[in-house]
Amino acid sequence: MKRKDLLKLLTHLILIIAVIISIFPVLWVLSTSFKPAAEVFSPQIHYIPEHFTWENYHYIFTFKNGIFFTWLKNSAIVALMTTLVGVFLAATAAYAFSRFEFIGKGAGMFMFLVAQMFPGSLLIVPLYNLLKSYGLLNSFLGLVIAYSTVALPFSVMMLKSFFDTIPVELEEAAKVDGLSPFGTFWRIVMPLSLPGLAVTAFYNFITAWNEFMYALTFMSKEELYTLPVGLRTFVNEFNTDWHLMAAGAIIITIPALLFFLGAQKYLVSGLTAGGTKG
Amino acid sequence: MRKNTWIAYVFLLPTLIAMAVLVFYPLLLGISYSFTDMNQYNMGNQFVPPSYKFVGLANYKEVLFSSDSEFWNILLNTVIWTFTNVFFHFTIGLILALLLNQKIKGRAIYRMLMLVPWAVPSFVSAFAWRWMFNGEYGFINLFLKTYFHLEPIAWLSNKWTAMFAVILTNIWLGIPFMMVTMLGGLQSIPRELYEAADVDGASPVKKFFNITLPLLKPVAFSATLLGTIWTFNMFNVIYLLTGGGPARGTEILVTYAYREAFANWNFGLSATYGVIILSFLIAFSIFYSRVAKDAGEKVY
Repeated sequence: MKRKDLLKLLTHLILIIAVIISIFPVLWVLSTSFKPAAEVFSPQIHYIPEHFTWENYHYIFTFKNGIFFTWLKNSAIVALMTTLVGVFLAATAAYAFSRFEFIGKGAGMFMFLVAQMFPGSLLIVPLYNLLKSYGLLNSFLGLVIAYSTVALPFSVMMLKSFFDTIPVELEEAAKVDGLSPFGTFWRIVMPLSLPGLAVTAFYNFITAWNEFMYALTFMSKEELYTLPVGLRTFVNEFNTDWHLMAAGAIIITIPALLFFLGAQKYLVSGLTAGGTKG
Repeated sequence: MRKNTWIAYVFLLPTLIAMAVLVFYPLLLGISYSFTDMNQYNMGNQFVPPSYKFVGLANYKEVLFSSDSEFWNILLNTVIWTFTNVFFHFTIGLILALLLNQKIKGRAIYRMLMLVPWAVPSFVSAFAWRWMFNGEYGFINLFLKTYFHLEPIAWLSNKWTAMFAVILTNIWLGIPFMMVTMLGGLQSIPRELYEAADVDGASPVKKFFNITLPLLKPVAFSATLLGTIWTFNMFNVIYLLTGGGPARGTEILVTYAYREAFANWNFGLSATYGVIILSFLIAFSIFYSRVAKDAGEKVY
């Protein structure tokens, strides 16, 4: 019994250390965001701000006449539009994979996996040129188009495993009642899948909310930046306003963190189902 | 399962069109660019028609065989980067998953808090670590000074310390995915197997090697394959932490390809790097699936 207790203690110890390492960088940024510059650039460690201040947040909000809120709005518009398109594509495709046998089904699933291998840096130049030739650089629509397939492979796998858990009998009954396949999908399957759809929606939203490389490349006008790109305004090669960056970083993180902690259970089951069943 | 398969194609149509237009067509375009000398001046715009031309394998020759090509150094960086990351993602992720798979108090809270690195946008994490590795006021140097009286280290100004910094950041970033996937795998192992082993009087070590590991293999194989692909293509951490510096010391293939395109405006050369990256990943995946197959596992 003694040895077992010791092992348990050791387990807790390792887990506690792992938790501290996991959350410390974020807490340190949080702490930085509430410190005045003089305290941030000081040779002493203050875990808790000594001179607590909202100054950095105030600066971020009023920077260039509140351009921060324009970036916030841009990010929200792009992420919401991406979510709409992404969920529509993922739901229809996942339904086909879940409910039908058709030629090319295996190849179709394989296509999503291969698509994950394509480096963004190979697709980004052709996409840049395509968007440019259609006048879609510096346009929200262009960014949404570019984003719409980024979260798609994972969304399809996640939703397919969700649809798989819905009994087919309901749809067969609907068919007997004279509903078309599309009616069945829209009136029966979609309402029953709301939890799965919600998670897919959130996943798409966060993917777009967090994306950096495409936004950096396709949007060159300051008033069209998304939050991540806009935040980089506070960094340049020689001088970084860490306390201001910290405040901005915290604001961007809050929605992502809240969603994630709420949806983690579903994300996890979607992930393992997609990963093992393929 | 329904038989009238044309309906399946109707449901698939929007996604097929999107994938074709936004993924596969750009991919083919990108491959075609790699055989041209396309750059910012000859790519054309609404007033000037494009004037870049076909140059055959010249770009590949330059990348692979030219004496001043940085390709081989960067490839070495990329291999070190990918291998070290995936190795620690897997081992630490597995250990944490095994610990979390026991009946212990506070399990849900531990798990939730350990997911934080995954939940935070990766460019925010990159910023957080860049700030912690800051040479003058970064937490890590302050910590070493306060508790161990060590001199500050200019982490991001030296190739190997910078490499250490970016790899550590990315290990931190990637563990949750691996941990959660392994945990899912562990939880899908039927309890009865362990109970039967207990009846036979098997030791915990024996149970681990004879039940846990073999049954975890399929999940482990797919997760490490995905992890390798993602790490190989990871752009944000290096770009935001070191920008590939100092002096290309932490550059990996994807960041280099991006720089060729959007700092040097050499689209042709950048595409060549992209094609080489893709070839590596495809070759690796095929090789990996073979190995997995020989080990009796089906990866996808």
